[in-house]
Amino acid sequence: MSYWFGSDTKLPQTRLAIVSYVIVGLTLLLLVGFWKLQIVDSTRYQDLAQRNRVRNIQLIAPRGRILDREGHVIVDNYPSFSVLLLRDDMKLVNKALPQIADGLHVSMEDLKQQLDAARLLPQYEPIVIKPEASQADIAFIESHKPDLPMIEMVMMHRRKYPSGGFLEGAIGYVGEVSEADIEKSEGRLHPGDMNGKTGLEQQYNEILMGTDGQRRIQVNSVGREVGRLDQIEPVAGKPIQLTIDYDLQVVAENALAGKKGAIVVLDPRNGDILAYVSRPTPDPNDFAVRVSKEEWQRLNSDPDHPMMNRVIQAQLAPGSVFKIIVATAMLETKAIPETFTAFCPGQANFYGRIFHCWEPRGHGTVNLNQAIARSCDVFFYNVGMRIGIDRMSYYATQFGLGKRTGIDLPGEQSGLMPSEEWVKRVYHRPWYPGESISVAVGQGAVITTPLQLAKAIGGIAMGGIFKQPHLLKTSEPVPEYRVNISEDTVEKITQAMLDVVSPGGTAYTAGHIPGVELCGKTGTAQTISAEGMLKAANRGEHKMNAWFVGFAPRRNPEIVVSVLVESTMQHGSEVAAPLAHDIVKAYYEKKAAREKQQLTASIGGATAAGGPLPTPPARASSQPGQPAGPREPKPQTAAGGKPMR
Amino acid sequence: MRERAGIRDYDWVLLGIALSICAMGVIEIYSATHNSHMPGTPLYTKQLYWLALGAFCMFVISRVDYHRILEQAPILYLIGLIALGLVFAIGQTKMGAKRWLPVLGAFFQVSELVKLIIIIVLARFYSEVRTDRLSLADLLKVAVLTGLPLVLILKQPDLGTAMTLAPVAVVGAFLAGIQWKHAVAILLLVALMLPVGWHFMKPYQRERVQTFLRPEDDPKKSGYQILQSKIAVGAGGFWGKGLGRGSQNQGGFVPVRYSDFILAAMAEETGFIGVLLTLGLYMALLLRLVHNAQRAMDRSGMYLAMGVAAILGFHVLVNAAMVIGYMPVTGIPLPLMSYGGSATLFIFLALGLVMNVRIRRFVN
Repeated sequence: MSYWFGSDTKLPQTRLAIVSYVIVGLTLLLLVGFWKLQIVDSTRYQDLAQRNRVRNIQLIAPRGRILDREGHVIVDNYPSFSVLLLRDDMKLVNKALPQIADGLHVSMEDLKQQLDAARLLPQYEPIVIKPEASQADIAFIESHKPDLPMIEMVMMHRRKYPSGGFLEGAIGYVGEVSEADIEKSEGRLHPGDMNGKTGLEQQYNEILMGTDGQRRIQVNSVGREVGRLDQIEPVAGKPIQLTIDYDLQVVAENALAGKKGAIVVLDPRNGDILAYVSRPTPDPNDFAVRVSKEEWQRLNSDPDHPMMNRVIQAQLAPGSVFKIIVATAMLETKAIPETFTAFCPGQANFYGRIFHCWEPRGHGTVNLNQAIARSCDVFFYNVGMRIGIDRMSYYATQFGLGKRTGIDLPGEQSGLMPSEEWVKRVYHRPWYPGESISVAVGQGAVITTPLQLAKAIGGIAMGGIFKQPHLLKTSEPVPEYRVNISEDTVEKITQAMLDVVSPGGTAYTAGHIPGVELCGKTGTAQTISAEGMLKAANRGEHKMNAWFVGFAPRRNPEIVVSVLVESTMQHGSEVAAPLAHDIVKAYYEKKAAREKQQLTASIGGATAAGGPLPTPPARASSQPGQPAGPREPKPQTAAGGKPMR
Repeated sequence: MRERAGIRDYDWVLLGIALSICAMGVIEIYSATHNSHMPGTPLYTKQLYWLALGAFCMFVISRVDYHRILEQAPILYLIGLIALGLVFAIGQTKMGAKRWLPVLGAFFQVSELVKLIIIIVLARFYSEVRTDRLSLADLLKVAVLTGLPLVLILKQPDLGTAMTLAPVAVVGAFLAGIQWKHAVAILLLVALMLPVGWHFMKPYQRERVQTFLRPEDDPKKSGYQILQSKIAVGAGGFWGKGLGRGSQNQGGFVPVRYSDFILAAMAEETGFIGVLLTLGLYMALLLRLVHNAQRAMDRSGMYLAMGVAAILGFHVLVNAAMVIGYMPVTGIPLPLMSYGGSATLFIFLALGLVMNVRIRRFVN
């Protein structure tokens, strides 16, 4: 038998029992641990599991297009890829940063700066580190997917603006939403989204901007998509149609090319803005992605102020264009007889001070009509002195000077129309009568924007109906106001403005268009004193602003053109009027072409139908529900229909 | 003494509990791997083969009187040490550690075999003490007997498996009647040894301990594993997400979810209910082992059964505690559930030893 036969058979039962208790105790301890995780903190861990598993992918809604009044696309979108950085694991991100910077050709400082800026955002929200990925970037990202899982791409729709700053002043541009925007949006905006920063893009942002969609995908531990949970489709932004006439805009852009200034063309009958140019201007395509700090600073410190939207923000002395307002005030108030004449020897003395006429040789004896047509300063010095600032100020304000026009663009300036009350309020001094003399020729404290002048002159030409200028094409009635101006006054003023562009007028050579009743007024405003002017000329600087504001035709005007050319040594008649001439000419040419086309089309259509055109009344009365007599329509319909058989 | 033990003498309850745990393991291995595209035979099929082989080995080892096995303890001990030495000479390196020896075209983790040998060797040693007071000399002998293979395994390096040898010695010493002063002295010694041990640790081992102490420092590596495991467990809630529906498990967030972290996968998909059932089964298994020890024919049989209980209990405790973040990641699998050939074989051989003790309980 074996050695083992005698092994001790008495077992330490107490100790074995203790071991049993220890087993039960430890099991309970473990169960408590599981209980804490699975019951007490379960919600938190379920949330963490969800966050592990689900990734949200932003589906960016394309922005609405911008069309001209005839439906031509002015602003469109194009697809582009943005590079996103997922910051879930900052340790990994920091380690991979040099590789990312190298592969995407962005500087380390730039990346670090962006990460720093996004520090306060929730960590699960990815940030855009490169807005427009090149082909090389896309290849880099695709090939490094396994070792750079924190890099992702997302398709965006980017804005495609017409090149060279075409219509830029009106359109504006979009940019990445700011942190403040995101906070205000209550979850609607996300980092990397675009919204309008200026112009129509800002004004109609709500219409243009769609609603982003979202795709929730299920990912595994290495971030690979293993399933799609749900998807909210993005809702594209709505397009907006402008009152801008593309063809006319092209002419206006070309007219002002290489110059500094502004052109605005509007239809005084409804306030539609047909063309809108402000020069110089930046190319908004440069902003569509991301502006560098240096570029932004350069644009803002440029002495030519390319960031200024001159049509609504350039507040300058209107010069002789203001004489139209003074003349209207003179005729309407009858403070002096309309037959008033003045002798112009080229200068005049008021209160012991010499006031020069722009024509040093003088105009001789002139009446109101001649004074407007030849732009005699001395005549208007006299008128201004006689009717006084308050009458001028009253009418100017009535015509919209010194007030915003209410155009649908952000950042409009109001200009300034001085008055006795104004100097008292601002300078605490009485109005000096000599100041009225300067204001009468559009100098002194009066400043206007090109759009204000277009609206004012257009309103006078319309016989006192002032329509609110606007860029969004609308079928609703346009806000307007009326100023009582007698027919006689309108007749005299428009006649004088027609004479400006007629033989003997200041703008005849530059502005006359055969067959078109173009009326207008030139203006040349000095921005500094006569002595300073001479010095500036010696330095090669141009310190005059040339104006031409005109409309056509003389009665029932269809088009108003306001042209401003800044910093020139030439007069409004020389540099501004030709531009207006080009635009009005183009307008009439297009109108003629369209009428011809319509005529051809109608004749063609009628011929095809085999008979003369049915008269409009016959058509209208053939419609059902016409409240006309029951017998009447029938024979007319028959008459219209007969030849067709 | 009866010459032959009958079928009825086997501990069918023990086997039933063990196979229930195995079944849960196989199901969870299936759930955890069915949608991953690993080439070759699916893991759960392989596990079934191992289980069958294990059950067969269990039967074989139960037929040989355990006293005969205990007689061979010195030779087995030598074989164990030689095998560990061979691992260094010709062992296969997998995942940075030499643990595998080729046998019959498969690779075996020698340390699993050594666990079995240590159970046998210490059972023999303790049963020869023959008093209820363990002397210091006896304790030193136990320390040397256990320490030699332990250091060799530690050198592979495999800290987790090396540690599993200790509970056999500790539980044995407790049953053999360790003196309080010695117990306290040993505890103090271990506490003092910890800094020294730190010095000898491999960098990855230090990292694991550091991560355990401050998990937020390293959320992607061991800390990440622990965190993901905890998320899986917590997300399971009371009822679980359903088999095959745990996002942490199916998405691969739970690390080695078919092996070391199978309990996390289980907890996510079957919830607290599943955990309760699993841990309940383990508790029943361990209590059943103690039950068999209490009814053993002699002390040597008791030490064998309790050695098995000590190792299995230690595995369950360390593994479950790791899954819920109470212990660092050590690479100790959950016995009977985790996928693994050598480990499964070892457990069934160990259970075979207990069966062996069981069927001979009526002698005398």
